[in-house]
Amino acid sequence: MLESIVSYGLAVGAVYALIGITYNVMFTASRVFSFTAGMLGMLGGVLGALFIDQMGLPVIVGLAATLACGAVIGVVTEIVTVRPVLKSLEQHLYVLSTLAFALLVQQFTAIEWGTEARPFPRLFKIEAGLLDQQFWLPLLACAVTVVGLELLYRRTLIGRAFLAISEDNYAARALGLPEQWLRIASFILAGMIGTLAGFSGGELLLAFFGNQSILNFYGFVPVALGGMGSNRGALIGGLALGVFQQTANFLVGGVFAAVAVFAVFIVVLLLRPEGLAGASGARRV
Amino acid sequence: MTDTTAHTRRPKGHRAPRYEGLLPFALLAIAGVALPLLDDSYIGLIATRACIYWILVAGLNLVVGFAGQIAIGWVALLTLGAYTTSVLTAGAAMPALPPYLALAIAAVAGAAFGVIVGLPALRLRTFYFAMTTLGFATIVTQVALAWKSVTGGGIGVAGPVFPSPFEPGWGFYYLCFGLAAVATWMTANIAASRFGRSLVAIRDAEVAAEASGIAKPLLLMTVFVFSGALAGVAGGLFASLQTYITPDAFTFDLSILFFIAILIGGRGSIIGPLLGTIILTVLPEFAAPLVAWSTFLYAALLLAIVLAMPGGIADLLDFKNRRPLERHREVVPRPEMLTHLLDGEGSVLSLSNVVLAFGGVRAIDGLDLEVRPGEVHGLIGPNGSGKTTTLNVISGYYAPQSGNVRLGDAVLPSGAAQLRASHRIARTFQTPKVIGGASVLDNVKIGGTIDGHGSFVEAMLTLPRHRRDEAVLRERALLALSVVGLESLADVRADRLQHSELRFVEIARALMLGPSILLLDEPAAGLSAEEIRRLGALIKAISRAGTSVLLVEHHADLIFDICDRVTVLNLGKVLAAGTPDEIRSHREVVSAYLGA
Repeated sequence: MLESIVSYGLAVGAVYALIGITYNVMFTASRVFSFTAGMLGMLGGVLGALFIDQMGLPVIVGLAATLACGAVIGVVTEIVTVRPVLKSLEQHLYVLSTLAFALLVQQFTAIEWGTEARPFPRLFKIEAGLLDQQFWLPLLACAVTVVGLELLYRRTLIGRAFLAISEDNYAARALGLPEQWLRIASFILAGMIGTLAGFSGGELLLAFFGNQSILNFYGFVPVALGGMGSNRGALIGGLALGVFQQTANFLVGGVFAAVAVFAVFIVVLLLRPEGLAGASGARRV
Repeated sequence: MTDTTAHTRRPKGHRAPRYEGLLPFALLAIAGVALPLLDDSYIGLIATRACIYWILVAGLNLVVGFAGQIAIGWVALLTLGAYTTSVLTAGAAMPALPPYLALAIAAVAGAAFGVIVGLPALRLRTFYFAMTTLGFATIVTQVALAWKSVTGGGIGVAGPVFPSPFEPGWGFYYLCFGLAAVATWMTANIAASRFGRSLVAIRDAEVAAEASGIAKPLLLMTVFVFSGALAGVAGGLFASLQTYITPDAFTFDLSILFFIAILIGGRGSIIGPLLGTIILTVLPEFAAPLVAWSTFLYAALLLAIVLAMPGGIADLLDFKNRRPLERHREVVPRPEMLTHLLDGEGSVLSLSNVVLAFGGVRAIDGLDLEVRPGEVHGLIGPNGSGKTTTLNVISGYYAPQSGNVRLGDAVLPSGAAQLRASHRIARTFQTPKVIGGASVLDNVKIGGTIDGHGSFVEAMLTLPRHRRDEAVLRERALLALSVVGLESLADVRADRLQHSELRFVEIARALMLGPSILLLDEPAAGLSAEEIRRLGALIKAISRAGTSVLLVEHHADLIFDICDRVTVLNLGKVLAAGTPDEIRSHREVVSAYLGA
């Protein structure tokens, strides 16, 4: 039982962590918290099932097509919901525009794909077990993403430009960095990471439009607690959250697990609104 | 205060705005009362639903539309109210209660949970708060599913049936319509009171709200209680309308409907969200194929509103503010009227050895300063010398690491910006902090918020004490506007004013406190030479009426013209202090700051 709690918990936790990283990638480039993170995760599952199960594409082509869709949606998100409102004086409008866009996509999915959860195809024809692909796939996707991002940010010029933009937007622009293109690029990246999360966790979470709100919330919890923008916080927090949830599921039941997560989330944020590892406050007057 | 009405010259066409805009409400009321004449039970059902939704939205409107809190999970409170009423009247878990009592208990439960859902808003920013309400909404549904012994789980529970004269059908419709009308009346009263204005101030000009002494935590909690209670009542009625409720009845789509109705209607309006609620309830009913797409359409509508029409329906209906303003306006203050606003009781403001460091930077480094009543004290120095930081310490935005700020003999608590207004310390800001969407008059009234005596409930029911408050506030605000010379713009939306006029609006708002200390942060920035001269005369008159004025400015002419004493700061320390003449001839000051 312990093994199944841990393996299942870590797998779901890896999906949460990836969604958390999706939040982070969009946030660092634009200072925008986007409701589209959970939507991308939901789409990863639905599109994967659509391409592989319904259209019969090979797994690798299905993955590529799913990620491509994620990238396109990332671009659309940036152009439709982020760019217009960043200019506006009212800083919080992005909450509404990204929420509206995420809902549009979710409702479209519900109507076209159906409101029932559908199975996600098994990607590799191997035997099931505790070390089954449904458990290690999300972890693998998570590891690849984290290592890939680290290499991108530390080793490549474009990655350093991302960091520069997130550190100090104005200074980066003054240095001549193409802020707008970098923002689009990071939304493309976020689109791919988000759909990868849903795709790799497809067998666990199924192809279900309702995953959107679940992923939105549980993907946000680790980054909010760890401090916005911290991928390490998202990774540790996401995995811990997954294991905690599964443990509580087994011991006291799912509802209490949900209530407990929610209570911890609120209490921690009330005590430290900037997150456990975040830094606070700028000058207001 | 003496007889002031003789001095409050009202410009032509300036009416009390109370009765403007009542027409749409009256038309809706007539339509609502006459609806049963159609004798169509299907229309009755939709209308009842619209009334129930509006009872909830009316309360939520104060949270979302006025206070600007992004509460998207309000269906949780509807669920709570519905289950509370149904379970109590069903009598499965305990002896059955009469439905009206159960409805009242649902209101109390809604109020209690309103506080719980709202509590995070005190600390968390927009997106975080939105997430907490979202999380709350999913949890309530899960609990309803799991707590089978009480809620019936997935099987559900029967809704309450109200006895005659409010039996199901038109009787029940009249109950809902009546309650909706009461909800409209109460929220409209709150919106027009100093509480409503304070909510908008928290939304659009939080720093200024704090400086005016508005207690954000208390006010927000009160509004969450009120909004939660209305949502609880709406839930009970909703359960009765459904006749049978399961957790499935409370989809997240409902939350979206409530939330979007407010945004479509326009923030800070009552009629807008009311129309928005009606439209969103009715629309899918008249186009049957659209029902499956309704949430999709709501979302599309929300996106369109955010991107293209942030003002919503209320903005479309706001004909008054589309009339062109006079082009070449001049602000001509009338300092002679100040005596009606200021009572001449100033106090000495003194700072001793104040130190404030940000990390390694000592923004203020051992500052001593004394501002006396009846004097204008100038605070000058190069950029980054700590002028505005000094004002922020005095008005409590920063807590100094050592040293203290005293008013008379009493030490002011460090930090605690929101308590400064009660010490009659008023201020203006380097960039004017005004509520763009509110009228100039309402902006000025914000300054007098702490002088109201009536409670929230009195305002909600427009009881006499509240009406007296409002009359006094209005009179003083018009007077303050006359003093700064803006009375002809009283009813204009503040975001239509020129920058220089906004500076005078801020001064008028500060004067509402009858300040004993007035802190001015670069009031002359962006003003023409003539306007600066008039501003100077006004500031001088304010100080002569007994107020201690601390003036931060870069215009050396203005400083030397009107100041009685001048302190020069450099790198957080006093470089020189004395009369204007002494400062003008001070060698270091001339070389460091003034130039040859």
